[in-house]
Amino acid sequence: MSMPNVIFRYDGSFEGFLCCVFDSYVYKEYPAHFQTPEHLEQSLFPARWVGTDSRHAERILVSLEKIDPYAKELVIKGFLTCAPNREKLLYAFIRALYDIGRPLLRQLSDDAVLPLLKAVRHLDGEVHLLKGFVRFSEFEGMLAGEIRPKNRVLPLLRYHFCDRMYNEVFLLYDRTHREALVHKPGQWAIIPLESFKMAAPSAAEAQYRSLWKRFYDTIEIKERHNPRLRRTNMPQRYWSTMTEFQDEAFFTAGSESLPEKKATW
Amino acid sequence: MDVMEKLTILTDAAKYDAACTSSGAQRGHRKGYIGNTSSSLAGCCHTFSGDGRCVTLLKVLMTNCCVYDCKYCVNRCSNDTRRAVFTPEELADLTIQFYRRNYIEGLFLSSGVLQSPDYTTERMIRCLDLLRNHYRFNGYIHAKAIPGTSPELVTQLGLLADRLSVNIELPSESGLKTLAPNKTRKAIFRPMGLITNTLHENKEELVKYRHAPKFAPAGQSTQMIIGATPDSDRHILSLTQALYDRYQLRRVFYSAYVPVVENTLLPSIDTKPPLLREHRLYQADWLLRFYGFRAEELLDEENPNFNTLVDPKCSWALSHPEFFPVEVNTADRETLLRVPGMGVTSVRRILYARRARKLEHADLRKMGVVMKRAQYFITCKGRVLEGLQVRQDSILRNLIAAERAALPQPEMEQLSLF
Repeated sequence: MSMPNVIFRYDGSFEGFLCCVFDSYVYKEYPAHFQTPEHLEQSLFPARWVGTDSRHAERILVSLEKIDPYAKELVIKGFLTCAPNREKLLYAFIRALYDIGRPLLRQLSDDAVLPLLKAVRHLDGEVHLLKGFVRFSEFEGMLAGEIRPKNRVLPLLRYHFCDRMYNEVFLLYDRTHREALVHKPGQWAIIPLESFKMAAPSAAEAQYRSLWKRFYDTIEIKERHNPRLRRTNMPQRYWSTMTEFQDEAFFTAGSESLPEKKATW
Repeated sequence: MDVMEKLTILTDAAKYDAACTSSGAQRGHRKGYIGNTSSSLAGCCHTFSGDGRCVTLLKVLMTNCCVYDCKYCVNRCSNDTRRAVFTPEELADLTIQFYRRNYIEGLFLSSGVLQSPDYTTERMIRCLDLLRNHYRFNGYIHAKAIPGTSPELVTQLGLLADRLSVNIELPSESGLKTLAPNKTRKAIFRPMGLITNTLHENKEELVKYRHAPKFAPAGQSTQMIIGATPDSDRHILSLTQALYDRYQLRRVFYSAYVPVVENTLLPSIDTKPPLLREHRLYQADWLLRFYGFRAEELLDEENPNFNTLVDPKCSWALSHPEFFPVEVNTADRETLLRVPGMGVTSVRRILYARRARKLEHADLRKMGVVMKRAQYFITCKGRVLEGLQVRQDSILRNLIAAERAALPQPEMEQLSLF
């Protein structure tokens, strides 16, 4: 790859990022960094604003699909990961893919592929764990839950929850990325949501929470107590939104719900 | 007695059951029904209890009243403990409400024997029928078949549940005779064989009629207690192998015996549960199911028990030097799977990646191969890892050091081997 010589500024959307890739080929410019309006920093390189044009984005996606549908999937998933330099990882991957073509996908240890694969594995792993660790509460027939994941998992988690809870009305809030998955039978959407606070539990809700907590505490075989194994299987950063790890107030009807405090990592 | 108290008693009585998986069933949502089992293809853990075990299902007994008197069991009739019985409505409501809140993947229903096996199974069927057809629960159900139940009832149970299991309890007939006088080996294997046969017939029916009712689509499993009787690992593993071969079980579970009662026939009450032994058996069980090993390869008459210091695969590799080194770039899948440090995933990646170009040692590490184990057993492009000292005793020592930190029992014996 030639020397990086410019900073791309874009609107932070996936389409916007694909337009950066598009423009980089059109104007033969090589990105040193990617910046979004939320994270603007001064730098030695000249910056350029890249407007989002969905036709350009579409052309990049189609070209990826033509090379291999798996490549397209990797790029889409890669953009959802929490890798700090995910745009650069993705850019390097796409660039190498255009140069080498399909065989690149088999070079699992290549520097253009491995970091992206690792980031996507982390994302997939978090999605898998959250399928189990999400906790809902019922409010007058509607279900609501909250998660604090590292990666943007909602676009992937929705397949699971929209099928499983097909007949339910529910909302799942991602506090890290300030967005929510909302669903009613036959319809779903992921919408940005600045703040969200769960209502106080009703008596019945508090009762089911307590029953679950009691079940959780009883199912342990005390003679085999093994906190390290538990943390390995269920990292502590997930505990903050799980019913069984809340303190007493959470199990009393009419009191505050999940504490606002940020997850600790 | 309120539901909270019942739940406490009946969970406490069910916690020693090892099986808590929800794998092997794939059923999408149905209109007007609650739930699916589609995440269950790979299994889905909803939480992990303080002992680190996965909690997938609401694992409870329907009742802990029991007419049997198995010496090792907390629910035996001679034990002075509090008894409770769930009504079908209570149990169905708990399951549904827990499920909707995503606490659980489904229900694991077992039971003590009330009056007779048939009577108990009828009550379980009533429970599951209510849950499936009245509450319209479409999630996962695992039900215990009780030895001695009549075949018609087992069939009915299987039509409501996703998985059935019959517990072997103890690995040998003599163990059963002394510790579980009301159960016989024959009584245990009869329902197991029946389930296997029904599964086969059901498969044929499903080929002919697409809408034939499905019988236990997630198959059957079993479990046995390790360390309550003097059986060797070899005996247990051959039994496991036979169960997979003859009864096509999906899983065999082991549970390290936790002393709950004082009895002259049992290990004393202050013995620790044999966790390391259980761990080794599970490692070997994986080798049987996913790695193409056979029980008789792993243990023989001279070594009837697993090495406590290295895992079964390393142990096998060390005693078969003629099999190694394996050339990573040309060996087939079965051969690669036998290399310590390589698993199903890393072997899949190797097979995929090596079609693009030949692999080096550095590539393998990046692809997830555990090199501290694998390095002694492989070559890449005909070369061993640069600077590697290969002497039989040093390999063993390094492999032991590589694993020690991860073992369940920190206080290991000193290494008197060298």
